[in-house]
Amino acid sequence: MTEKTMIELKDVQKYYGDYHALRGITANIRAGEFFSLLGPSGCGKTTLLRTIAGFEGITSGVVMIDGKSMEEVPPNKRPTNMVFQSYAIFPHLTVEQNVAFGLRKDPRSADEKAKAVDEALQMVGLKGYGKRAAHALSGGQRQRVALARALILKPKVLLLDEPLSALDKKMRENMQVELIKLQRQVGITFILVTHDQEEALVMSDRIAVMFEGEIAQLDDPETLYRLPKSRKVADFIGHMNFLPAKVLGEAKGEIDVEVQGLGRCHINAAQAPGDVTGGDASIGFRPETLTILYEGQTGSDRESSGTIEEVVYYGDMTYYDVKLDAVADLVRISMRNVPGRPVLERGAKTRVAWSASALVLFR
Amino acid sequence: MKTRGNGLRVYTILYLAFLYAPIVLLPLFAFNDGTIISFPLRGFTTKWFSAMVEQDTLKTAVLNSLIVAAATGALSTTLAIFAARASTRFEFKGKGPIMAMIMMPLVLPEIVVAMAILVILLQMGIGLGLTTIVLGHTLVCTPFAIAILSGAFQSLDKSLEEAAYDLGEGKIATFRLVILPLVLPGIISALLISFTISMDEFILAAFLGGTEPTLPVYIYSQLRFPKAIPVIMAVATCLVAVSICLLIIAEYFRRRGVAKTGGKDSGGFL
Repeated sequence: MTEKTMIELKDVQKYYGDYHALRGITANIRAGEFFSLLGPSGCGKTTLLRTIAGFEGITSGVVMIDGKSMEEVPPNKRPTNMVFQSYAIFPHLTVEQNVAFGLRKDPRSADEKAKAVDEALQMVGLKGYGKRAAHALSGGQRQRVALARALILKPKVLLLDEPLSALDKKMRENMQVELIKLQRQVGITFILVTHDQEEALVMSDRIAVMFEGEIAQLDDPETLYRLPKSRKVADFIGHMNFLPAKVLGEAKGEIDVEVQGLGRCHINAAQAPGDVTGGDASIGFRPETLTILYEGQTGSDRESSGTIEEVVYYGDMTYYDVKLDAVADLVRISMRNVPGRPVLERGAKTRVAWSASALVLFR
Repeated sequence: MKTRGNGLRVYTILYLAFLYAPIVLLPLFAFNDGTIISFPLRGFTTKWFSAMVEQDTLKTAVLNSLIVAAATGALSTTLAIFAARASTRFEFKGKGPIMAMIMMPLVLPEIVVAMAILVILLQMGIGLGLTTIVLGHTLVCTPFAIAILSGAFQSLDKSLEEAAYDLGEGKIATFRLVILPLVLPGIISALLISFTISMDEFILAAFLGGTEPTLPVYIYSQLRFPKAIPVIMAVATCLVAVSICLLIIAEYFRRRGVAKTGGKDSGGFL
């Protein structure tokens, strides 16, 4: 992937009357990357997308696309195209006419345009659907028409506003994979807006997590999942256990912490990626970083003991809520269900192995 | 429903009879060979229709009505497109009160409106005629057209406009290529409704028409002469036929609009 910047956002501010929708967004989106804006509803992610598309003006700041300032540039003059949440397929036109809609001013001959439409339809898996009436299509098919209609214009950036939220789970998962493949095939910068953290993790090269009009963290999916910078981000992406902790000292890139119930341990300074906020410190860890020890097993690292309070069976996984000795809150542990590892009963006494290297410090 | 609901069935039949029996009587007497409107019928004739065609004052009245109705339809639908578009798509100061005032003629007694306009026109020294009728009718018809068109504009997904804009079209092309085709059934409905309302409106036409009678005004004036009544019956018969045709056309366009946009048919006139 090239490191060329496609979209540059500098201190973008947006007010709706008194409401501060975007509070100083600064980010660089690289050419050819699959970028996601992730956050709960009302966090400003759609507003930011619409700002890039040109549907919303900004109060202050700079939006640059491919090195050009987008100030006063209307949506129909920007090198972006959008796939709308409702797909916005023109119901009075056929599939073909929908896909060819943006080609009206294209100087190419009618034959060449028809060929381009066929290619676009083939790319999204709708070959032979050209003559159908658009309003007779299913949700997934509309989605594909919307994609073909946008991609046929070869935009520099494709904007996708929660494009999969209207599809059922199976269809959504299929479309996720197809979108990734499509993005690699066309090499266009994709910006996806979603509230579904799993979708963002699966599809994106990088993700900007947004809360209340601000980017809380911008990282690749793995860093975001493994080293969240704040408890809020950690909580939004997957599940994270938190325990109260106390920082005892810091030296030579190592931090000395006392964790409730787990005891004293040393962690790497990189395991505290967030800023020091001055609030109460806590230690976070993901459910899969703990292992329940069966009889005869010994932990390779550290060990604690406790009681299983709740068992949630998911087929491939089992979630255990465990009350560790000397820990106030329940700790969630996930275990893969593999042969020779029976699902444990509620109330069973258990030993738990954990490692200091999987902890994240928030302070 | 064999045992229950018989009372309701009788009620329904009586209700429909009350509504439509007088209308059924119109053609009956229009083709009846006699000047007195009473049974028994005297025999079949079409002479009232030939008499109708020969009456010049009647022709003038029909022509006047058609001119007024066409002008009113076009004018109020055009105004309604602007108002409906503004009220459904944009937020502006005083939108509530302004829309309320535009819609007011729906509930205002027509006689009040007619008197008020008449007084003002006379004060301003503007001569009465077809133009003044059109003005009055437009005032009354516009709210109906707005009501119909607001529905059409409201059901239009805003992202359709944005999509067209996003795909490189300008504001005007977007309106022409996307919005207009999708609200066209609504526009046709609005045209037909305002045309029909204007066509049979009496009070405003009588007050503001001066010496130019429209069809309803003419019919009313003729009712004083018993000899003219069979001819009026013939005129009324023609009107009923035209109304039914208009209704069928309106319904055809409405259904086609529904089918075209893939919406659910949520009832209509027929």
